[in-house]
Amino acid sequence: MEKAVETTRLERFLDSDIWHSFKSNPVAIVSLIVTLIMVLSSAFAPLLAPQDPFDLANIDIMDSSLPPSWMAEGDPRFLFGTDDQGRDILSTIMYGAQISLIVGFASVVFSMVVGISLGLISGYAGGRVDAFIMRVADIQLSFPAILIALLIDGVARGIFEAHLHEQISIYVLIFAIGISGWVQYARTVRGSTLVEKNKEYVQAARVIGIRPITILHRHILPNVMGPVMVIATIHLAIAVITEATLSFLGVGVPPTTPSLGTLIRIGNEYLFSGEWWITIFPGAALLILVLAVNLLGDWLRDAMNPKLR
Amino acid sequence: MKLRHGILAATAAAAIALSAPVVKAETFKFAFQGNLSSLDPHSLNETFLLGSLNNVYEGLVLYDDNLKVVPGLAESWETIEPTKWKFNLRKGVKFHNGNDFTAADVKFTWERAIGEGSDQIARASKIKNVEIVDDHTVIIETPAPNPILTSDLVNILIMDKEWSEANNTANATSASADNSGNFANLNSNGTGPFKVDEHKADVKTTFSKFDGYWGSMKSNVTKIEFTPIKEAATRVAALISGELDLVYPVPVQDWKRLEEAKGVKPLAGPEARTIFLGMDQGRDELLYSNIKGKNPFKDIRVRQAFAHALNLDAIKKKVMRGAATPSGLMIAPQINGHIPELNTPYEYDPAKSKELLAAAGYPDGFEVTMDCPNNRYVNDEKICQAVVSMLAKVGVKVDLLAQPKSKYFGKVLATGGYDTSFYLLGWTPGTMDAENVFSSLLTCQNKEEKKGLFNLGNYCNPKIDELTAKIGSETDQAKRNALIKEGFTILKEEVGYLPLHQQPLSWGVREGVELNQRADNALDFRYVVIN
Amino acid sequence: MVSFLFKRLIQSFIVMFTVALIAFSMFRFVGDPINNMVGQDTTQEQREELREQLGLNDPFVVQFLRFAGNAVVGDFGISYKFKVPVSEMIAERMPATLELAFVSAVLALVVGIPLGVYTALRRNGVISKMVMTMSLFGVSLPTFLIGILLILFFGVVLRWLPTFGRGDVVDLGFWTTGFLTKSGILSLILPSITLALFQMTLIMRLVRAEMLEVLRTDFVKFAKARGLPDRSVHFKHALKNTLVPVITITGLQLGSLIAFAIITESVFQWPGMGLMFIQAIADVDIPIMAAYLVLIAFFFVVINMIVDILYYAVDPRLRTSDGS
Repeated sequence: MEKAVETTRLERFLDSDIWHSFKSNPVAIVSLIVTLIMVLSSAFAPLLAPQDPFDLANIDIMDSSLPPSWMAEGDPRFLFGTDDQGRDILSTIMYGAQISLIVGFASVVFSMVVGISLGLISGYAGGRVDAFIMRVADIQLSFPAILIALLIDGVARGIFEAHLHEQISIYVLIFAIGISGWVQYARTVRGSTLVEKNKEYVQAARVIGIRPITILHRHILPNVMGPVMVIATIHLAIAVITEATLSFLGVGVPPTTPSLGTLIRIGNEYLFSGEWWITIFPGAALLILVLAVNLLGDWLRDAMNPKLR
Repeated sequence: MKLRHGILAATAAAAIALSAPVVKAETFKFAFQGNLSSLDPHSLNETFLLGSLNNVYEGLVLYDDNLKVVPGLAESWETIEPTKWKFNLRKGVKFHNGNDFTAADVKFTWERAIGEGSDQIARASKIKNVEIVDDHTVIIETPAPNPILTSDLVNILIMDKEWSEANNTANATSASADNSGNFANLNSNGTGPFKVDEHKADVKTTFSKFDGYWGSMKSNVTKIEFTPIKEAATRVAALISGELDLVYPVPVQDWKRLEEAKGVKPLAGPEARTIFLGMDQGRDELLYSNIKGKNPFKDIRVRQAFAHALNLDAIKKKVMRGAATPSGLMIAPQINGHIPELNTPYEYDPAKSKELLAAAGYPDGFEVTMDCPNNRYVNDEKICQAVVSMLAKVGVKVDLLAQPKSKYFGKVLATGGYDTSFYLLGWTPGTMDAENVFSSLLTCQNKEEKKGLFNLGNYCNPKIDELTAKIGSETDQAKRNALIKEGFTILKEEVGYLPLHQQPLSWGVREGVELNQRADNALDFRYVVIN
Repeated sequence: MVSFLFKRLIQSFIVMFTVALIAFSMFRFVGDPINNMVGQDTTQEQREELREQLGLNDPFVVQFLRFAGNAVVGDFGISYKFKVPVSEMIAERMPATLELAFVSAVLALVVGIPLGVYTALRRNGVISKMVMTMSLFGVSLPTFLIGILLILFFGVVLRWLPTFGRGDVVDLGFWTTGFLTKSGILSLILPSITLALFQMTLIMRLVRAEMLEVLRTDFVKFAKARGLPDRSVHFKHALKNTLVPVITITGLQLGSLIAFAIITESVFQWPGMGLMFIQAIADVDIPIMAAYLVLIAFFFVVINMIVDILYYAVDPRLRTSDGS
């Protein structure tokens, strides 16, 4: 029985509009492949990277600022060259993307959980609860995410002692970026909930005494997951950029565990001195990652919205 | 473009024909990484503020282009008793508003500098009393014999008594809210070669030449514009794009770029600031280490091991791009009391370092946290990272905590309770004399007597304390230098500190601009010439 | 109407109060301001005395009430670093930020709307696809990177445009403007492009989506069926209906522009409020930081309120439902 359901699900998926749209869209296919490569290579960085850039006993200052290996003074050990500390750029990018993606994914999940819960509650309960949540959402929406994140990071910096803050800064960052993004999820979910709530099957379920939580979970949630996925994809791109910007402004993750944004900030100091590879490669990696995710989100949105096809 | 030049030339010709001799207006534009926080010379004891305001206000004595003390508002002086100095003031000196400079202004300035709100109290406290003999003579009394009094007088900038009292600014601008409207904060009236036309804090300050200046100067500049630019990349870009005549500091890695770019060049020189590492040798147990119950830094072998683990040449070559001078001493060659034969750094020898660590009982090294500023000295954080990597090679695992200077100083200085185990600091003796290093960095911490306040790791040897007291009052130069040498020899044998290098002064100038790069990183407008 | 306004005012007041509390308590904990005010040589006792004078030893509530009370009358205290009233500094810097934000907003609209219309009408055209892809680059490149690259290319390599600051400004007494001098206008170009790019993409995509939406509606189809020329249908009917949400969003985004100016201003050393804010964070200049946040919140609250009121005036449905 279970197996049969699975098969039909897969079959249903393979027969779905989404899959057909995906198959016929080369941009979407390439984006997905690029995204997967980036995600996997950073996830398995400890296995794949030529060097562990965080192991200080491993790096030598005398190797610092070497150009990419194909250039005259390049060293075959370092494909994309080395940074000012003698770390292999390719490895720092892989590890850096890992940090960026962890922050990105985690803050998206955080936003999603908060946003969906509040959206469901808001839409289903209605009345004062709804008015209150939506009012908070309005207020928060009017403040740009970057400002909220700056605020939260500033607060954390004040509360926690410096050393501790360095250790937990990644969680602070996830919280800061995540908390500023829940509104969109909440609004979308609330809208769909309002629509679904009044449909007959939900009304019927209510009448026969099924608990609200079950109704929300079984009937309403599946219907709002489509738009939520679209928001989540685009939000991932925004989260990665926000993290990079905060790190660039110097309030993100500490340089000892650099994200892509931190790498760009460090490399920026060497842009005029001709050591372009220190900043250009991490910059390109960030651009490619965000671009691929954005393209994927774009396609997903169009595919989900039949009106646009 | 050609046509416009023609028109400009024609108008200029017309202007010359109409008016009497016209001096060609030369405007000099420069940028620094920090801002000029106030125009009040007693508001903040900071190198950039004092250096800039030294063009507007002057002390009884001045620095020349080589940081030698030369007569300023005082023409000459003599020591009439070990604690009494007679200063003959220059006659005919005018303040920017036309007032005459007299002995009353000297006394007033000292009272203001030592009074409420002043950040120059430490300096002004080196004077016990100012006695007016006549309009152009004062006698300055010191609490104890002080051979280097004039070095402190350079930065006690003389203000006009009449002007200050008329504008209700008899007290220095302090941070407290009640004298916020302090007139001298945004207005100035000195005797210097330039006066301030407009001061917008943190945006722009413009200066113009003071025609009534008593001295002669090299400069042909009539207007000066200062803009603070915090981002190094923006600063360098502004120079290369031709918008500015001078920017500083320039990151050492950008020197190559400036050499290649047309019309600009890097200007480098050794700064009088020494960068060094300090270790907590006072506490019985380190605050930040995995070794409990004892303090590894109290063992001289550990300190020696650290000294031999550091490759100062690699730091010079790779982090500082060849622009630092590795040092074995806590003072730079420009500082009085420098001893060339002690200046050789500890030898780089990781194998020996490991042996020493093993002998001290740490064959596998240990863990310690290092505090480091990340926006105070040239490439400070990168130096720390290099140090961490070098120590890792001998087995010492260093956890680096690099922070902006406000947080860093808040943690490691006296106000933060010397909350550090291992740190990087830089020091320029404000008096350009070794004595300042002895009393601030080498004597045991003593809060009551305000000694050793910047000896963050409390390196403590009573013999050095004794020497410091002698150096402070010995007036015979030869004897004094012998005392300094004795002190530094002890320090070096005991590895009390780990000197790294003197950092470079790193400026970028437009070609065709001549100026003097003073070793304390100050810009003296009197030497700026535009060709 | 009166009760609606009253409610909104109360809400705005609560928002302002919360922001003030957050701003104040946040900065109450960031670093030790005393360290930044005095030189290295200052003794412990002098520091303690200063602390007492500034009221930094008073209880939290007392300090906050003092702060809030003064803020209401526009007094944000004295900058720790510059020792001048913060309100004066803000008045000095506001024109720089507002001029930059204004030019960027205009730029974003002038370029964004036509591109949005074009890409909606020629949905499958090659140029449209290219524009759409380019716009993705626009949202995928962080603002700071765009700024740096613009400086590198137009300032350093080509030496065409100024790379920092506002150039020469004309002081009108209450306002300093860069619009009246050549160097002032040239100086605006790079920063305003940097700041506008993201909003431009946003507006373009919004216009495109709204246009596509409107083009599908019955009245447009009906207009087409009536045989009206395409041009008239597209611009008289479709675009007009698109612009209402666009203008609303742009209004709301004006606030974002001011906030995002933090990044642009710090890259270009633009002497506006954002640069002052970032500098103040580095200097732990609490009065400036607190004032900036309260001010930004005030901007947002006012903009939101105006938008709300306009909506209320325009959309009668809101009037019946605002009780819920």
